[in-house]
Amino acid sequence: MTDFALEITGIGKTFSEGRGAKRVLGDVSFHVKEGEFVSIIGPSGSGKSTLFHLIGGLERPTSGEIRMDGRLVTGERGRIAYMPQSASLLPWLTVRANIVMALTIAGLDRHEAESQTSEWLARVGLAGEADAYPDTLSGGMQQRVSFLRALLSPQRLMCLDEPFGALDALTRLHMQTWLLSLWEADRRSVLFVTHSIEEALLLSDRILVLSPSPACVAREIEVPFARPRSESLWTDPLFNELKLEIYDMLKPTDGRSPLTGKR
Amino acid sequence: MGNSRSFRKIIPPAACLLGFLALWQAAVSLFAIEAWILPSPLAIFQEMAAEWPRLMGHAAATVRLTLLGFAAGTAAGLGLAALLHLIPGARAGLYPLLVLTQNVPVIVLGDLLVIWFGFGVLPKLILLILVCFFPVSVSMLSGLQQADPKLIHYMRMIGADKRQLFWKLELPGALSHLFSGLKIAASYCVIGAIYAEALGSNEGLGFYIRLSSNGWETSRVFAGILIIVLFSLLLFGVIALIERYSIRWKVRKEGGV
Ligand SMILES: Nc1ncnc2c1ncn2[C@@H]1O[C@H](COP(=O)(O)OP(=O)(O)OP(=O)(O)O)[C@@H](O)[C@H]1O
Ligand SMILES: [Mg+2]
Repeated sequence: MTDFALEITGIGKTFSEGRGAKRVLGDVSFHVKEGEFVSIIGPSGSGKSTLFHLIGGLERPTSGEIRMDGRLVTGERGRIAYMPQSASLLPWLTVRANIVMALTIAGLDRHEAESQTSEWLARVGLAGEADAYPDTLSGGMQQRVSFLRALLSPQRLMCLDEPFGALDALTRLHMQTWLLSLWEADRRSVLFVTHSIEEALLLSDRILVLSPSPACVAREIEVPFARPRSESLWTDPLFNELKLEIYDMLKPTDGRSPLTGKR
Repeated sequence: MGNSRSFRKIIPPAACLLGFLALWQAAVSLFAIEAWILPSPLAIFQEMAAEWPRLMGHAAATVRLTLLGFAAGTAAGLGLAALLHLIPGARAGLYPLLVLTQNVPVIVLGDLLVIWFGFGVLPKLILLILVCFFPVSVSMLSGLQQADPKLIHYMRMIGADKRQLFWKLELPGALSHLFSGLKIAASYCVIGAIYAEALGSNEGLGFYIRLSSNGWETSRVFAGILIIVLFSLLLFGVIALIERYSIRWKVRKEGGV
């Protein structure tokens, strides 16, 4: 058996809520291969962030197990590089110091963290922002730093939880192509949560569609487009076909919007 | 900030102060108020010049006592805050008691401390620590509690342990709270020192003022008060300066993404 970067087997999570219990994850199983980009799409509240908290070790699953590179890591913290929806940069550290801090927490030697950070900031054209404090940067710029911070973290698996969810459409588009170019140059294993079907199709090798609560993997879609990709993909008939297919899958039966849960 | 702009901001209050002094001077000579009731500003300044060496000697004692008490009280406050924050359950159990102790007027403790420890430095120092530690530990504790939940979540997700969470996130985030506590503690500390010196001592501005007031030397009382005010302002200024130096980032009120 080959070892997967991440292998989730039969994960269930039930929160106790007052006297009752809330079953958020039913029976979730999937894997991420080494160097693979896997996206998770699912209705709001279906438990995508909860899944990340389990992988990050903040919570323990009620059932099931998590393996990375074949090792059982259920409940262990510090095994993933993480990028949340909000940039989450410490306001009292400069851009450079923020990245260095995350790398040293991940166990990297300070000197190595510093030289790597400077090198990459220059490589992605952020050298001018290296000594700026995060609050002086635009939202898009902060997310770039946040992504770079996750990219440079030594852990093999990157978990990105709706990283562009708070950005405006145009910035979001720029960020997608920017991420794509960086990732295609240095393939890391990525688990990516998004609400945008286009985003998932543009970026990923595989898309997992979650069913509403209790969640399980309802469908798995191989994304066949060759790499390197660009946003010209949007005009590809197959792109739109797949988009409609996923959209239909997420279509609610009670007239609610599939992704936001709002009417 | 432009220098000329901050200079312009000083002009109105300075003008008001000068006007007030002029009015005071005029009133004293116009109504021929006796010097032991209210000396004129000029008389106070003259007395101050004449008394300068003695004043400075007492001021040095007060400064020494205040700084010592402030340092010890701050250390005690910080230590207590860290303990209450880091030991699980300690905050819930001890914080309400801490607040309760603040209903005891510290001034009353002064007399008790003299009974227990006599007239040396020790009772004064204890009084200052008691006065100081509360604003420091409370501001520090509330600062430590106010760490952004999103940042806590991020730090935990990348595997930060409790110690890293404290040093990298909670402590730096609490700094601006801490400084507002330090400013309050500093002004309490000066008042506490003056009170302690007046209570039982043979040096310090508190002692000097009590002595002068016993001898009806009202202008000396005013001179002493003036020195205390200047010292208090200086202490406040130094703390504000350190604050400005150590908190160089600026958090936008709306927050970023
Ligand atoms: N600690 C907890 N205790 C109780 N319920 C929880 C807890 N954490 C999450 N939940 C519940 O689990 C469900 C899934 O939440 P989660 O944040 O994982 O959804 P999501 O798929 O990430 O949603 P979104 O797309 O809006 O980000 C929600 O109904 C939430 O109320
Ligand atoms: Mg979520």
